[in-house]
Amino acid sequence: MDITVDVREVPGKDGVRVVDLNGEIDVYTSPRVKETITDLIDQGHYDLIINLENVRYIDSTGLGVLIGGLKRVREHSGTVNLVCTNPQIKKIFDITGLVKIFGIYDSEPSASAAL
Amino acid sequence: MISPRAEGSIGHIELRLPSKAEWVGVARLAVAGIASRLNFSIEDIEDLKLAVAEACTNCIQHASESDEVRIACEVHPAKLVVTVEDRGKGFDARGVAPRTLGEPKVGGLGVFLIRTLMDDVSYEVNPQTGTRLTMTKHLRK
Repeated sequence: MDITVDVREVPGKDGVRVVDLNGEIDVYTSPRVKETITDLIDQGHYDLIINLENVRYIDSTGLGVLIGGLKRVREHSGTVNLVCTNPQIKKIFDITGLVKIFGIYDSEPSASAAL
Repeated sequence: MISPRAEGSIGHIELRLPSKAEWVGVARLAVAGIASRLNFSIEDIEDLKLAVAEACTNCIQHASESDEVRIACEVHPAKLVVTVEDRGKGFDARGVAPRTLGEPKVGGLGVFLIRTLMDDVSYEVNPQTGTRLTMTKHLRK
C-alpha cells in the first residue's frame, strides 16, 4: 500500500518527462504523485507521460490528481498521455469517461509518439 | 450506530479504523479478503475494494469531527452488504449531480464510482449521528 514515483527524460523528445508510478494510488499516496506532477509543470514541462503499467490500484483521488495535471498542462497547450495495460484500471478510466479526455496507450513508445 | 445482524445474514464482520488516509488501504484489503472468502470473482472483488475505499475516503474528507470510520460487512448466502459510517456532519452524496462525460472535473468521481460499481447503494445523512452509506454486491453464479 505504497507508491514509488520516478521521473525521467525521453531520448529525442525535448522537454517531455515520463513519470513512472509503481504501487497503489489512493487518498494516502496521491499527494506524492500530485507533488511530482506539480513540480514538473512548475519547471515548464507541459508534455507528460504518466506510466501506470506498474500501478495495481487507483481511486478517485488518484484520478483527480491526473485530471488536475491535465487541466494545468492544457493551459500551456501541453498534454498528459497515460500508459496503461492493467484491465481493472482501464475499466475505471472507461466507466468514468476519462478515456475521452486522456490519451491512453498500451506502451510508452506509443504514448511518446503521440506527443 | 451500526445495525445488529440483518435478517438473512450468515455472518457479521466489523472494523473500526482511525479516520486517517493511511488506514483506507487496510479497509479495502479487509473487504477484499471477505469477498474472496465468499468466492466473489476477481473483478467483483476489485469493484468492492474501490467502492469501500471511496466510501472511507468520503468519511475522512468530509467528517472532520469524526475520529473513526466504521465498516460493517453483512454476509448473506448470495450477497455482501457493506456499511461505512462516520460520526461527523457527513457528506450528502444525494446532492451530487450526475457526471457529464467528456468534461475534465476533479470532484464527484468517488460517489459516481460507488454507484456504478455496486448493485445497490443507499445513504442516510443525519447531522447529529453522521453519515451511513450502505452498499450491496450480489454474488454472480
